[in-house]
Amino acid sequence: MKALSQKRRHPLAAIALLLMGLLVTGGLYAVATTVNQAKADTTTYSASDVEEGGKLFAANCATCHGMGASGSQSGPSLVGVGAAAVDFQVGTGRMPMQMNGPQAQQKPAQFNEEQTKKLAAYVASLGPGPAIPEAGVLDEKGDAAKGGELFRTNCAMCHNAAAAGGALTRGKFAPALAGVSGQHIYEAMVTGPQNMPVFNDANISPEGKRDIITFLKQIESNGSPGGADLGALGPVSEGLFVWIAGLGVIIAFTIWLTSRTS
Amino acid sequence: MSSTTTPDAPAFVAKTSGGRITDFVDQRVGGSGILREFGRKVFPDHWSFMFGEVALYSFVILLLSGTFLTFFFDPSMAETHYSGSYTPLKNVEMSVAYSSSLDISFDVRGGMFMRQVHHWSALLFVASVSVHMLRVFFTGAFRKPRELNWVVGSVLLILSMAAGFTGYSLPDDLLSGNGLRIIDGVIKSIPVIGTYTSFFLFGGEFPGTMIISRLYMLHILLVPALILLMIVMHLFMVVVHKHTQYPGPGRNDGNVVGYPLGPVYAAKAGGFFFIVFGVVALMAAFFTINPIWNYGPYDPSPVSAGTQPDWYIGFVDGALRLMPGTIGDWKVEQIWFGHMFTFNVLLPALVPAGILFTVMFTYPWIERWITKDNREHHVLDRPRNAPTRTAIGMAGFVWYSVMWAAAGSDLIATHFHVALNDVTYWLRALFFIGPIIAFFVTKRVALALQRKDREIALHGRETGRIVRLPHGEFIEVHAPLDEYKRYKLVGFESPVPLPAVPNEHGVVDRKEKRRAKLSRWFFEDRVAPATPAELEAAHGHHGAHEAVEAAASEKTLSH
Repeated sequence: MKALSQKRRHPLAAIALLLMGLLVTGGLYAVATTVNQAKADTTTYSASDVEEGGKLFAANCATCHGMGASGSQSGPSLVGVGAAAVDFQVGTGRMPMQMNGPQAQQKPAQFNEEQTKKLAAYVASLGPGPAIPEAGVLDEKGDAAKGGELFRTNCAMCHNAAAAGGALTRGKFAPALAGVSGQHIYEAMVTGPQNMPVFNDANISPEGKRDIITFLKQIESNGSPGGADLGALGPVSEGLFVWIAGLGVIIAFTIWLTSRTS
Repeated sequence: MSSTTTPDAPAFVAKTSGGRITDFVDQRVGGSGILREFGRKVFPDHWSFMFGEVALYSFVILLLSGTFLTFFFDPSMAETHYSGSYTPLKNVEMSVAYSSSLDISFDVRGGMFMRQVHHWSALLFVASVSVHMLRVFFTGAFRKPRELNWVVGSVLLILSMAAGFTGYSLPDDLLSGNGLRIIDGVIKSIPVIGTYTSFFLFGGEFPGTMIISRLYMLHILLVPALILLMIVMHLFMVVVHKHTQYPGPGRNDGNVVGYPLGPVYAAKAGGFFFIVFGVVALMAAFFTINPIWNYGPYDPSPVSAGTQPDWYIGFVDGALRLMPGTIGDWKVEQIWFGHMFTFNVLLPALVPAGILFTVMFTYPWIERWITKDNREHHVLDRPRNAPTRTAIGMAGFVWYSVMWAAAGSDLIATHFHVALNDVTYWLRALFFIGPIIAFFVTKRVALALQRKDREIALHGRETGRIVRLPHGEFIEVHAPLDEYKRYKLVGFESPVPLPAVPNEHGVVDRKEKRRAKLSRWFFEDRVAPATPAELEAAHGHHGAHEAVEAAASEKTLSH
């Protein structure tokens, strides 16, 4: 103790202290991140997660989905929908549902990540179902061109070739995909929320899904190479634009050109 | 005469070299006579007279930008793998046509800009042709002697749609392929000859390997040549007929009041070309059009949401969308004699367009037959002064617009948060009742405006100044119009119904009876322009103006 107190005014003491601090925080950070990664990769949840999730479920979801998520007249059974379905529906704010309508609308998420994870743990414990995807398929490093082909064949008829969204029957719609996280896109494909069909691994392999996410993220970050994209809605917005803005400006000029006579 | 000694010496030698060159040319082509004739041609000035010019200028822009595009476009349907600089399509299998369109967009210097200039000016071309036709219709400029020019203009509208559609299909992306597929379906729905025609056009089963190069030939050769020919005829007839003018003091069917072509109008028109070019260039620079890289190469299996034609084909697409597959329990698609008759495609694709174009082509003769008006008209009608014609025009416009809107039914549904089905049901109802409502509303509005005009001509404008008379009554002071403004409100024709007239045999035949009925329908609701006598009575004696007002208000009070 005495040696330490004697050396604390040593010229190198501050540097040693700084190094020690860096090592400790760096080490802790490394441990913490590996812990996080390990958790994301595994589909097993702790018993306390499941228990807490059950409580959250009973308080927030059971009114419609029934106790034990067995379903009621107002909501379907959630046995076997898997953690991916919960993470998508709750994580994008679609559940708990704000109002009845043709389909659940997106809104700011009502539960934080921790609570969502617990709810997912609870629902996953009820029966086997699609798990939350591993980070490897979400790295956006797939083949964008192949993903584009898959997207045009499987997704564009509802979501539009530029992923700008589109109408379905009776007030339902396929949303635009800009700003949707890769994880949610993947989960939507494997669980088929709302009116979306399920694209299981036999339909589109995990590798193909990775390509699709890569494609979507790439066209999103590319922006519109030809100028403002007018909503990427195709000829309707182009037609509106030429009639209103194009002809409008030209009419203003014609009025100006003929205003000084008559 | 000194010229006898040197007979070859010119009688006139210009002082400057420019003048000598001009003189040289003039002696050989006689240009000065033409220039003198054309330079004195008078054009009336009104903003609504410039849409034809906009159409002409966009066509010039189309020729210029289109020529640039032909340098780089390859209309081949041979298969290739994309190797250009747009990574989301790297190594994707596609046609050479699509690949070269992508190269124009991403790898040719200025290519993207030129493509967008070409496409925006194409949309503007058809739009300005349409607005020009609406102006001509609603002002009655199609009447004698301009009926044939109206027909040429209508042909130009159809040709511009054909040019647009053949161009839309060339890049061979998913969107244009979907459009071609619809055309293929419409052709195949024609009974008996449909399938043969489709195979003939596509050189086999859709999509085949011929269609792009065939459409390319039509797009860059035949259709523009026909458009050019029609434009020449159109302008020639404009010169022969002289330009129409809006009614006004000093304007009649025997004169044209305006500015001569040279120098005022030539400068205005020349400058206007650059204005139109500038507007198109700005649109092309800042707003993307037909982003073919989004759609991917054509493949008959995928169909993207939001697949629409360019706006001018939209009304046909909309009619197809509105057509139900079954009416009650009756299937519109019928099997007769073991053959399929797809009326649910044939009827909406051909009937509304057929009706629109038939009425468009024949309207000048229909109106001439009803009104028996065989005089030349160079002074235009204000739309309100021909209420029935204006109402017919608006009915047609609303009918077109309902079909037009139906082409965007999916976007109406998503952007206004309504159900796609409801949009379709409403538009189906409006398809039938919309034109009828439009007819009556327009006619009533036109008549009301005429009454308002008459009121203003007789009593002047309301000034908003309230005056209290000595005996306590309040009146609003009306300001009389000056003569020039008043002329506009009273100097128009207001025909009365023309009863049936016996023919040379002294018989009123059935056709004549029908004509008389239509004439009554056309003209029985009319507001006569204020006559000089009425004007005299209304404000002949200035001091008594208020008295007239007071008398009128007393009359209303006594009701």
